[in-house]
Amino acid sequence: MTAASPSRKTSSTGSRISLAHGGGGQLTDELFVSAILPRLGNSVLNDLLDSAQFAGAGRLAMTIDSYIVQPLKFPGGDIGRLCISGTVNDLAVCGARPLGIALSLILTEGLDRQVLEDVLDSIAATANLADVKVVTGDTKVVGHGHGDGIYITTAGVGAAGPYVLHPSQVRPGDVLIISGPIADHGMAVMLARQMPHVKSAVRSDVAPLNHMIADLLEGVPGVVFLRDPTRGGLAGVAADLAARTGLHITLNETDIPVRPQTLHAADMLGIDPLDVANEGKIVVVVRPDSAAQALEALREDKHGKEACIVGSVGVDEDGICELRTSMGGRRILQKPYGEQLPRIC
Amino acid sequence: MNTTAVFDSREQTHQSLERLRAAAGRLNRPVKFMEICGTHTMSAFRCGLHSLMPENVTLLSGPGCPVCVTSQSDIDQLIDLAHHAKATICTYGDMLRVAGSHGSLEECRAAGADIRMVYSSLDAVEIARLDFSRQVVFAAVGFETTTPSSAVAVLEAERMGLHNFTILSSHKRIMPAMRALLDSGDVRIDGFLCPGHVAVIVGADVFEPIVRNYHLPCIIAGFEGPQIAAALARLTELVADGTPALENYYSQAVTAHGNTTAQKVIEQVFVPADWQWRGLGDLKDSGLALRPHYAHFDARLRFSVRREQVKETPGCRCGDVITGRATPPECRLFATACTPVRAIGPCMVSSEGTCQAWFKYSRVKFARKAGVLS
Repeated sequence: MTAASPSRKTSSTGSRISLAHGGGGQLTDELFVSAILPRLGNSVLNDLLDSAQFAGAGRLAMTIDSYIVQPLKFPGGDIGRLCISGTVNDLAVCGARPLGIALSLILTEGLDRQVLEDVLDSIAATANLADVKVVTGDTKVVGHGHGDGIYITTAGVGAAGPYVLHPSQVRPGDVLIISGPIADHGMAVMLARQMPHVKSAVRSDVAPLNHMIADLLEGVPGVVFLRDPTRGGLAGVAADLAARTGLHITLNETDIPVRPQTLHAADMLGIDPLDVANEGKIVVVVRPDSAAQALEALREDKHGKEACIVGSVGVDEDGICELRTSMGGRRILQKPYGEQLPRIC
Repeated sequence: MNTTAVFDSREQTHQSLERLRAAAGRLNRPVKFMEICGTHTMSAFRCGLHSLMPENVTLLSGPGCPVCVTSQSDIDQLIDLAHHAKATICTYGDMLRVAGSHGSLEECRAAGADIRMVYSSLDAVEIARLDFSRQVVFAAVGFETTTPSSAVAVLEAERMGLHNFTILSSHKRIMPAMRALLDSGDVRIDGFLCPGHVAVIVGADVFEPIVRNYHLPCIIAGFEGPQIAAALARLTELVADGTPALENYYSQAVTAHGNTTAQKVIEQVFVPADWQWRGLGDLKDSGLALRPHYAHFDARLRFSVRREQVKETPGCRCGDVITGRATPPECRLFATACTPVRAIGPCMVSSEGTCQAWFKYSRVKFARKAGVLS
């Protein structure tokens, strides 16, 4: 940025891409809306769901994601488990059964072969857990200084189910469920990256959830929407849902599960756990009379043992997501802006 | 959040709020208290405290967010060092997005400069130790809370004999700011919620002159919502009773004389100096510059950085906001031109900043006005 720049496009919206544009928050949305959708938008892409569904093509669903996590291995998981889980979960929350995964590896010259083989072992183990196969792939190597060890892109194709899981299905009175304690993944990675010397009990929750989701959808008729609260966290999903439905959503802070060690790590860094990424959780929106049944179904699965109701959809048509705080106060929840910046003190 | 570690604070909060309402009812006039700590700002908004307070009691945010009071000139100097001296700038996270006259450190990084986010001043020392070919500058920012760690970094760099490490000090002292605020005469405040973190270092007694000379109550408080509620209740009672006093509600961490070890380290490395504050201008002895003995660790001297007077952004009222003269919505840029995504003023950039806290946690209609909520 030159000093002569006359227009005051401050901070993260200048003429260059910043790290915050990849944070999955409002800045990422802005990039979608101002750069991607005007050029590539169409009836499928514009829906901005976790997977695309092809109505006229044998009911297939398709998704893609890139993984650039550092460190490659972190407490509770690694980039291999992450790339399979993320893609499987994106298909599953749209009601699709994963059929196959395409795997693209971008490796940096000089990478220790054992590191790659460990990641591939993890990919194989996770695919096995999810009961899905890696069916095609690609490998490229870039020179020193042009990558960061391993970048992975995974695309997934799934068989779409008979379910209509869409924000348009959400109605006043519906109930929001989270499948377990929040913020473990984001905090585990942040601690591993920024404070490798700190010993911590925080472990990523990264896991493929397709079996849990399939059981939920088969067993509970009233499920109307699912989303995995990855980047942007629970706040991002809830605020996004409020905006897309135009309805008022209320979350109750006292009901939102967070492990003490995760909460303390977030407090230490001045980060709100509601904004932090999860990789092994889902948010379920369900009709009120099916809520108990949905909880029961989730708790049957080892990834959903601590599922609980965290909020509800109200009648007000203001598109706002509100948090009732544990003190009894109220505040607005919004999608985070971009890169999460720890506070000074 | 329902962790087992968090006790149920509702009952305690309920009692505090009852006391607050009772005292406010006796007052029959609006009262304004000021907190001077970014963590208090954030915590009060995060727990929804403002929505629970009686109408005639307002909690203002004073000049306590380190990022918010860092002058544009300091940001410009860091960017200048990164671009022209090709230095590696190490900074705490939320300084990244603060706009200087011509952009932020984040933009500077996107344009290729070596800007690194650190969690500790010692991380910056380590970066310098590992690569002697780079000049490493630590953006030393914050109040007495973070100053000891900058001092330790300087001492550590000296012990290691590092010739490629310097700091650019923007460190500030809280008391000169509080006095300047009160002496300016146009800010009406009925009492202070004193900063817990700063008090841990400087000690509770430092705030005594506020009570003695300005007859205003001061409560040192912790950072949980119930602790803030209890402090506000007590402040209101002291005002209603006409008995200003200094009370320490954070005695588990704050002593009368503070952390003398940390004070000695600050004293050893830094010396009070006249300093420029965003919104308050130049204040006598309000900053902390390196002592002559450590001048070779001063980035301004090593790189002959010029301190230019910077005109603040037209229309931006961050200065009025951090001195309690205006609330964020009274600024015409708030939630229109200035949003967390397109922050103009520093109070919108920092997660501790009053404007961001208002925008993020509080006022629905402004969020809507900005199109963040459809």
